[in-house]
Amino acid sequence: MSTVAVQQGTKWWSGGKSPFNASYGKVMMWYFLMSDAFTFGAFLISYGTIRFSQNHWVDPNHVFNSFPFAGHANLPLAFVSLMTFILIASSVTMVLAVHEGHKMNRLGVEKYMLWTILGGICFLSCQAWEWTHLLTGQHEVLVNGHLELWNTTVSHNPFGPEVMFNGKEVATPGPIAFGSYFFEITGFHGFHVFSGVVINIVMYIKTRMKHFELRGHYEMIEKAGLYWHFVDLVWVFVFLCFYLI
Amino acid sequence: MSASVTSSEISFHPEHADNTKAIWRTFWILSFLTIVELTIGLVIYNIHKGEHPNATLVLAFKGMVCILTLAKAYYIVSVFMHLGDEVRNMIMTIIVPLCLFVWFIAAFLWDGTSWKNLKNRYNRVDVNQTEQVAPAAKEKGAKD
Repeated sequence: MSTVAVQQGTKWWSGGKSPFNASYGKVMMWYFLMSDAFTFGAFLISYGTIRFSQNHWVDPNHVFNSFPFAGHANLPLAFVSLMTFILIASSVTMVLAVHEGHKMNRLGVEKYMLWTILGGICFLSCQAWEWTHLLTGQHEVLVNGHLELWNTTVSHNPFGPEVMFNGKEVATPGPIAFGSYFFEITGFHGFHVFSGVVINIVMYIKTRMKHFELRGHYEMIEKAGLYWHFVDLVWVFVFLCFYLI
Repeated sequence: MSASVTSSEISFHPEHADNTKAIWRTFWILSFLTIVELTIGLVIYNIHKGEHPNATLVLAFKGMVCILTLAKAYYIVSVFMHLGDEVRNMIMTIIVPLCLFVWFIAAFLWDGTSWKNLKNRYNRVDVNQTEQVAPAAKEKGAKD
């Protein structure tokens, strides 16, 4: 809330003041994020349309059930919850950095920016592991009457409906769209995380060089923070659409 | 006031609260909602493992997860991104366009379902094999 109370009935549009009571950069960051929300929304809705048009879809608990160094243990949702908590935690350190910026505490901003960057790198590492696991993990699939070993790529999906073959249940090829959408959307999100980490590193360096201290305010940290929280926000929906339902 | 943008046109100044209570409270709310979502996810997993999965029950649980996700989105946007502290006009320019999503989601999922029904009615071949239908035989005699 503003410390300088804004009177009721202020004429925002009569000139002499910013109609949205915010700087140009911050307002434009919000509109950029809104347009980005539409991009992600379009991807996720397109995924939903294809998924609804299929008679069979992949069971996420069956695909995403592994954890690093846990071998073949069946641990549905475990790894993705770790990733989610990493991103929420890095969002908290980001908002704490913004808070320190309001107090003009340069060392505090530096400390929390470093934690945020670390969180982002951890998340990207987790995603790299998950992609590698999907792209290299071999699964038995019944193709044209004989068994083949398939990994999950944009053109291969070994998680189709199960049929009886030689007295045991084996999977048949599943919808190709699963891999395409999974790698497209998590890849696009991962690229956002990556660019967010780069932006945060730039902000950290500028903080260290006392650019913001000399400028008299830490609004750039706020704008970088908006982007970073948006990345977290998108992950909340990716998590919902790919892993939970 | 030195901590805010210096412009005579902007009277907005961020809150100088010394404690970070609101931030941590939001963190615990988000963590709690995520844990509830994961619990529901595991419940759905166990329903699917059963002999006869109850489709209505699964759908109800999935709907609950969607509502919890919207609650998380609300907390991230209004507290972490401080949209709740902005001028009302600005909040509206962000939120009103996003309302288009309501119709996008309804229309496209409806379309997907209709596509599935049409394929199942008119195309008896397995849906996954529709792209593998043999190409129309090439006429050997036709030379152009």
